[in-house]
Order: sequence, then structure tokens, then C-alpha cells
Amino acid sequence: MTITENKPTKIIGTRLLRREDPPLLTGEAKFTNDLNIPGALHLSVLRSPFAHAKIKSIDVSAALKIIGVVAIYTGKDLQSAWAAPMPCAWPVTTDMKNPPHYPLASDKVNYVGDGVAAILATNETASRDALDAIDVEYEPLKAVVDLEDALSDKNIIHKDLGTNKSYTWPLLVEETPGCVEEAFKKARYKVKERYVQQRLIPMAMEPRAIAAVPQPFGGDITLYSSTQIPHILKVMSALTLGIPEQQVRVVAPSVGGGFGSKLDVYAEELLCMALARKHNTPVRWVEERSENSHATIQGRGQIQHIELAADEKGKITAVRVRIIGDMGAYLQLVTPGVPLLGAFLYAGVYDIPKAYDFSCTSVFTNLTPTDAYRGAGRPEATYAIEMAIEALAREMKIDSFELRKRNYIKKEQFPYTAFSGLTYDSGDHLLAAEKAVKMTDLAGVRAQQKKQNVPGATKLLGVGMSSYFEMCGLAPSRVLASLNYSAGGWEAATVRVLPTNKVQVITGTSPHGQGHETSWAMIASEKLGVAPEDVDVLHSDTAISALGLDTYGSRSLPVGGVAIALACDKVIEKAKLIAAHQLECAAEDLQFAGGTFSVKGSPDRALPLAAIAFGAFTAHNLPDGCEPNLEAQVSYDPPNFSWPFGTHMCVVEVDTETGAVKILKYIAVDDCGNQINPLIVEGQVHGGVVQGIAQALFEEAVYDSDGNLKTATLMEYLVPAASDLPSITTGHTVTPSPTNQLGVKGIGEAGTIGAAPTVITAIIDALSSLGVTSMAMPASPQTVWRTIQEATRGGKK
Amino acid sequence: MIPAAFDYKRASSAAEAISLISQYGSDAKFLAGGHSLLPLMKLRLAQPAMLIDIGRVKDLSYIKDAGNHIAIGALTRHMDVETSKVLHEHAPLLSHAAGHVGDSQVRHRGTIGGSIAHADPASDLPATTLALGATYVVQGPKGQREIAATKFYKGFLESDLAADEMLIEIRVPKMQGAGWSFQKFNRRAQDWAIVGVAAWRRKGEAGVALVNMGSTPILATSVASAIAKGASISDAAALASNEADPQSDLNASTDYRKHLASVLVRRALEAASK
Ligand SMILES: Cc1cc2nc3c(=O)[nH]c(=O)nc-3n(C[C@H](O)[C@H](O)[C@H](O)COP(=O)(O)OP(=O)(O)OC[C@H]3O[C@@H](n4cnc5c(N)ncnc54)[C@H](O)[C@@H]3O)c2cc1C
Repeated sequence: MTITENKPTKIIGTRLLRREDPPLLTGEAKFTNDLNIPGALHLSVLRSPFAHAKIKSIDVSAALKIIGVVAIYTGKDLQSAWAAPMPCAWPVTTDMKNPPHYPLASDKVNYVGDGVAAILATNETASRDALDAIDVEYEPLKAVVDLEDALSDKNIIHKDLGTNKSYTWPLLVEETPGCVEEAFKKARYKVKERYVQQRLIPMAMEPRAIAAVPQPFGGDITLYSSTQIPHILKVMSALTLGIPEQQVRVVAPSVGGGFGSKLDVYAEELLCMALARKHNTPVRWVEERSENSHATIQGRGQIQHIELAADEKGKITAVRVRIIGDMGAYLQLVTPGVPLLGAFLYAGVYDIPKAYDFSCTSVFTNLTPTDAYRGAGRPEATYAIEMAIEALAREMKIDSFELRKRNYIKKEQFPYTAFSGLTYDSGDHLLAAEKAVKMTDLAGVRAQQKKQNVPGATKLLGVGMSSYFEMCGLAPSRVLASLNYSAGGWEAATVRVLPTNKVQVITGTSPHGQGHETSWAMIASEKLGVAPEDVDVLHSDTAISALGLDTYGSRSLPVGGVAIALACDKVIEKAKLIAAHQLECAAEDLQFAGGTFSVKGSPDRALPLAAIAFGAFTAHNLPDGCEPNLEAQVSYDPPNFSWPFGTHMCVVEVDTETGAVKILKYIAVDDCGNQINPLIVEGQVHGGVVQGIAQALFEEAVYDSDGNLKTATLMEYLVPAASDLPSITTGHTVTPSPTNQLGVKGIGEAGTIGAAPTVITAIIDALSSLGVTSMAMPASPQTVWRTIQEATRGGKK
Repeated sequence: MIPAAFDYKRASSAAEAISLISQYGSDAKFLAGGHSLLPLMKLRLAQPAMLIDIGRVKDLSYIKDAGNHIAIGALTRHMDVETSKVLHEHAPLLSHAAGHVGDSQVRHRGTIGGSIAHADPASDLPATTLALGATYVVQGPKGQREIAATKFYKGFLESDLAADEMLIEIRVPKMQGAGWSFQKFNRRAQDWAIVGVAAWRRKGEAGVALVNMGSTPILATSVASAIAKGASISDAAALASNEADPQSDLNASTDYRKHLASVLVRRALEAASK
């Protein structure tokens, strides 16, 4: 037998190409809908065309006559199939209102897209044809679409709740009672702003797809789903369907993006499982694109009121925030928690006293449910504080970077205990900001701006900036408990060295585009001194990776990746005992480097890990009490969140005649601590920035006053393409996290958090000479043009 | 994304296509590049019972110098219009506009004939050929006839083509060295125009047509006659919407569209006058 003696020296920090890419790029990767499942019935879901209506009657007789249609179920038919309503895992307050939500509506539909009937057919065409043949009689009711209208309770959606309010969640932190009010009274400068976070459609490249396959004998069932959360889905589907958990296996094959939209337990997953069991045959479903716009959760959807009080130098003395959150028609898995993930971040990267008054009231509307979307709560918070900082700088007539500098938490203040009691483990905001300023050539751009933005000019230059702090990693289980979150924040890892010195890493994270297989292999490779290609990373199948809490909230590396490093340490510990035994020395005398144990001071007395792995397998010569095999399992619960930060800047040119905005330069300086693979970090930043730019300039789920989605297809919902975007220049600073051995922080959401305020502040800067001080998102040409018209008309008065 | 059931026949010549369409009547539709028709069918907004595929009628894919004009076969793909040397020389406005249709996948499948026959006011080539004073040649059971572009467009997705007629050729007068400009204003590069302008100018003469400024492509005759009478570009451009009746949609209200039209017409005429 051959034993690999490949000893890489430094893997972490290199730009290793993603091992995931060849199968994805050649089309060999298998997504859920690519799976060949003989005999599967196809599910189609008939959806409500009304945002709010009573179901008077459903006639399926014509549809049942279509050749290939096997069965049709209404909500009433399936009532006994559910052991519990669909889950919401985040009851944020004890009195939170949560209307019962079942996979199909029975008496009343509450949004366009609410499921009304489930069709099973032997082929997709028949189940699609049946959708047109079912006759539903609806009695339309007044739709509640506007958030402030919802809050008024004029029309109540869920009558039994008696109100459209789901909850009010306050966070009042005061050094002394009443000090917020006092700070506002005493403030030399004050700003009071209102922002709207439009609803966004996550638009993963792969829409959702599901196949539920009953196993022969015994009642076991395997659920294949394009999900981010196979582990959570397993528990939740078992509970909702009343199936013993051990009978459920969830597999996420290749998943084409999620951005939070696949962090959920969906009606169609439960329908496929229930009907597969009922018919004892596989049932599959694949979402159409415009169905995805209606039936998959949406993101954002908030009205934000923010007030800042500041002293004569511009030091912030108090922050007051009031939010209305749009839950949509029902609470999905973590819907109510999303605005609260931002609750602690409305002071951004700034050093403020204990004078913070936050409150969020969330309401039901007759729209698609909202839930976590890339950044979840934190882009919203960052947008509000950064826009408010700009407003304060305008009020003070000083440069906004100067104002930021006066307020940044200083490097020497870290670890910094924030007003909220949370500890920001590390940071250097000024360093990141100064780097961004330099990369942007701010002085040069300002000089150019002076030349270009003269009266009468129609192409105006503007510079935007935003500094952010992200609270991610989701994360210490105890802190999540204090937020009433129903699950923990740990992650599990198993590291196994096979007899031939090949390594299996089993992770509870569930990648869907992030490149975990590459990054996790790099961690194990560096730790164990094996080549990265000798490390196999297994994931996203609950039969293989039994424990885990999946991928969202930029948690995978700072929690799951660290768990792998810790499991490697455990493996090395055990290998060391075996090495000491075989080399006849004390374990303390051994050192481990480049995959080999050697006796300190006498390097020729050495044993490679390969030999130990094989020895652990034969178990011929192990120390007394030592178990055979070389493997270790770790469940890691981090001591703190992870706190990446950075500053983004951009330069825009606004065509004042048409309202078109062109981004000339985009600079992202992010600090995610140590980078395992800078190539992957840059990819995450690029994708995130694009989604932030998309919110700023392009995307919005537009509803009419009856609750109809006007942007259901990719013709109206403007996901930007490469040709519509600037080239993004990334820079970084490295402030390692002191709370984990890899020194890493999350990077998945950073770009999205930084980008929207950066772009909007740049547009306002460009138009400032015209008197423009605000800009709604998305800043479409028409919106920009209108805003200019209003400002200049106002100016002439 | 599954269309309603339909039958399918493939024609290998214009004559065969026309005889098939006469046979199946109004339930049948020609299928050229499919890039307007198939999306409608997948959304079940169009449900023809029979598709007559003319995509492989090879002898209708050509670009020829015919003396005073350039003759373009109806089945010529946008990509071939975009890259044609003959058009670069004699009708560069048209080849340039074809390069702005959708993205390169769309341009490799979509045909100039399909685009014109579909008569979408938001499409680029109907307005561009209108600005250029093109003539369309159509063939029906009773033979051929020529229709001036100015007489062709009747309403939203409606043209003078009878159900049993096929568009076979587009005749574009040579531009004779006129200055030209194509202004396409949209939010994403591959989208249809929110407003588009195709314009040419030769001394005291100009031709201007508007994309997506009404239920048909619009010939901005007021602008052209103002230029002919010696008006300044900006005065002429202010008349951009005289013949237009633009709709309001998610991207633009009627007022904003009219405003954009005058800005873009001005820019187009300025560029065409250089
Ligand atoms: C993503 C996307 C983006 C696009 N963007 C643009 C854009 O920016 N600008 C733009 O102008 N267009 C755009 N298009 C439309 C594209 O140019 C189409 O190709 C074109 O409009 C129709 O041509 P076709 O050959 O595909 O026609 P088809 O879809 O095959 O047919 C369209 C209609 O015309 C009829 N027809 C076709 N050929 C003939 C004929 N010879 N005689 C009689 N009737 C005929 C058909 O029966 C059908 O009713 C886009 C399309 C897509 C899918």
C-alpha cells in the first residue's frame, strides 16, 4: 500500500481554486430536480390569485378527469395530515401573535400565492394542466398592503388575533432612567429621519425543488430539498407531520443559492412528505420562477424612524429608533426575529453612551411572508445609522467622514462592551476607513467633483461611504436563548483519518454556493499536514452528518469551521498518544508539524500521521486503553458572536436629465479577521455588494393596492447582471478574532450590509448642490429624476 | 413554464409555410426564433393549437445589396444583422440597433422578421426600420405585396399582416452617409427600452422614430419637419412626443417618458449631426 507523504507547508491563506466549480460549471452537479426518481408523482400547488379572500367552494371534478391526474387535495382534505401548524422557531416575545399556518389554506387565503389545492399527477404536464381546470369560488376581502395601514387595525387579517400587530419588542438601555429623553433635550444637534426598506425577492438562481421518497418497509422517508437547513428541516418536518424523527432523513443535493430564502420550512416540503406517505410513492415538486416570487419568502420590508442626538462636536449622545416590520401574511421559521437581528446595531460602529431606545412593532399584511434575506436585519440597521450620520453631518455642515471619525469606537477600546452589554471582540474602524479613503482617492475625487459639479452641469459626481459592524456567526446558544430563539448556535464536526491517511471531514454546515468543501478541506489540510485534495468534506445529508445547525447568518466558518479545527486538534491529541507509545517517549516530548510527529531535539525519531492512522486502524500496537481508529467529534458553541466590519465607498455619476446613476468606482474594505481563502472571501464580498447595489438601484417587490405582485418575473424584477455593475475593488484589513483559534469572522453578508447605504449616500452627495437630501430605494432613474424635480422646484420657491 | 399542448409542423420554404397556415387557419402561428412567442406560451398567455416552424427556411436568411436598398430576409438573425458588412456600410443604424437587442443568446435566435411581425412597440427593430423608411415584403396565398413601414403598425402587437401572410423580406433604403444615432434607455443592458430613439440626419433632413412611446413604434414626424424647417436641435427635440401616446408602467410614468423622449431625441440628433 502507498502512503501519501505530501506535506504542504501553508494552505490557509492561499487562493486555492474552488473544488466545487468543475461539476457546477460542466453541468455535472446534481440539483434536486436532476435526481432520477422512478415512479415519482408530480405535485402542483394551486395558488390564490387574491391577496385576501374567503374560499367559498372548490370544484376539482374537471381537473380530476385530466389523464395523468391521480389525486387532488384541498386544505380541508388534509387537515388531519398535520400534527402541528407550520413552525415559527422564534417567538420573540411571550405575547407574540402567531396565526396558525398550514400548508394549504382552508377557509380563507391571506396572500397572492397562498396554497389552495395540491394536485398529484403522473407527469408535470398533467399536474400543470389541472391547475387551469380547478374552479375556485372566492369572495374577495379588502387587502391590507401598507404597513401604516396594517398598524391602524382598520382591517384585521387574522380575525381571531383581534389585531394586525404580531408583537412589540423594545430595547431600552439607559444609564439613568429618562436619560435618552434628556439627551435629546440637551442635544446641540438632532436629526430625525424616516427610511423605507423595500421588500426584496431573494431570487436564488435555482428555485426551490423537493422530492420526498418513502423507503421500502418501516415508514422511513427521505426528503431531498433545495434547502439551506437539512438538520433543522428534519426536526421541524418530523414535528409538524408527527413522524418519529429517526424516520426522517433530509438530503440537500447541490443547492443553487439561498440567501436566506431556503432557510425555512415550507408548505411544499410538508405536502410532498405527507402525500408521499399517503400514496406510498415518491412525490416531487419544482418551483416555477414566478411561483418563486410569490411562494418563497421575501426579504426586508420595514419602515424605520431613527433619531440621533449629538453634542456640539457631533459626538452622538443618544439613539432612538422606531420600526414597523412587515411580517407578511404568516410567520415563517424566523420571520419575527429578523428586525431584531439588527436591534443592537442602530449605533453602528460608533461609541455611544447607554442612551439607546429601540422598539420594533411588527405587523401582518396580505403579502408573501418575509423572513431572513442576506444580512437579515443588519443591512437595514446599518442603512439607517449610516444615512442618519450623513444627515447629521449635513446638519452640522461638516464632512461625514470627519463626523464618523469623531464617533468611531477606537482601536484601543477593544474588546469593547457596548451599550447593550454585548462585547465587540475586536476592530479597527479607522484603519479600514482610511484604507478605503485612500483606495478611492477621496481627495482626487473631491477635486474632480469641484470641477465637474458646476451650475448647469448635467453629469454630477458624488462620493458615498458607509462603515459597518456586523453581528454574525449566530452563535452563543445562551445569547440566542436570551432572545427567545428556539434553537442553539453551536456547530458539529467530525474529523476522521482513514487507514490510507485520507481524511474525511463531516460538517453540520450546509453549503449552497459558499465553497465550504474547499475551505473546510484547507483547514483540515493545514492542521493535519495532508494535501487538501486528500480531504473529503461530507455534508448536507442527515444520515451522514447527523448533527448540525446548517448555514445562514455568516456562521459557517466562525462556528462550523472552528469546530473542524477543534476536531483536528482532538485527532492530533490522540495520534500523539499513539506516536509516543510507538516512539517510546513521553507525549509531552513530541512536536507535530507538517504531518509528522517528532521528538523535540531529535528530529530523526519521527513518525508520520500516515503511519499512525494505519496503526490506529490495525490496532496491533496501541497504548493500553486507547480505542482503535483515528477520529474525533466536536460540538462547538462559540463564546461570542463574530464581529466583522469595514468601510465601503463608491463614486457615482448621476445624469440629472434622465436620472440614471452610474457607479464609476466601488471600493470595499472588509475585515473578516484571518482569511482561509482570499479568493472565496472576495467572491463573497462581490456577491454581497451586488445584492446591496441591487437593493439601492434596481430591485423591489412592487405590489398594487390590492396586494398583487407587479414584479413576479425577471422582466419586471430587476436583478442586475454583470453588464449593469461596476468592477468591484476589494481591499481588506486583518484584525483576527480573539475568540476562536483560527482568528476568523463571517464574511457572507458583509457586502450586502455595506453596499446599499454607500450607493445611496453617493447619489445624495452628487445631488447635494441641487438641494437633494434624501433618496428612496431603489433609486431608479425615474425616482432620481423626480427627486431632483421636487428639490429644484422647492429651491426656486 | 409548461405551455398548453400544441401541434407542430416544420416548413422548409415560404410557400410550404403559407400553405400550412392556410390549412390550419387562425389557430396556427409561425414560429421563427421563438423569443417572443415561446415566453408567452410558457406563461400560457398565448395558446396556439399549431406551430408552423419557419426557423429553418434557409433561403429567407440573407442580407443583399439591391442597388438603392438593402434586402434582408425575414429569417435573418439579429446577430447577422448586427455583424453584416453590407449593413455596416449602407445602414449602420440598423446593425447598431440590432446589437442592442436583448443579450447575445437572444440575438442568436431572434429574427428581424419575427421582431417586426410581432409588432411590439418596445422592440428596437420595428422603430429603427420605421425611421429608415423601410418597406416590408409579405407573401400570402394570393402572392406578394409590399407594405411601407409607415403603414404597417396598427396597434399594440397588431400589424397589417393577415393571418395567412408571412413577412419574407425587409427593404431598407441605403443611408447614403447620413449621420445616425440609436439611444436606448433602460435599467439593465439586456432589457427592452423604457424609451428608445432611432435617428438619422443628413443636412436639412432627419428621420426619427421612437421605441416604447405608444401602442406602436412612433415616427416622430414633428421633429423631422422642424429640422427640415431649420429649427434648432433642442427646439425640434421638444416636439418629440407630439405623435406619441406613451403608457405608464413600473419604470416610467407618461410624463417621465415624454421627458426622456425629448432628452434622448436631442442627444440622438446631436450625435447624428456630428
Ligand atoms: C430575454 C429577451 C430579451 C429581449 N430583449 C429585446 C430587446 O431588448 N429589444 C428587442 O427588440 N427585442 C427583444 N427581445 C425580443 C427578440 O428580439 C425576439 O427575438 C423578437 O422580438 C421576435 O423574433 P423571433 O424570431 O424570436 O419571433 P417569434 O417569437 O418566433 O415570433 C414572434 C411572432 O411573430 C410571428 N412571426 C415570426 N416570424 C414571422 C414571419 N416571418 N412572418 C409572419 N409572422 C411571423 C410569430 O408567429 C409570432 O407571433 C427579447 C427577447 C427575450 C427573450
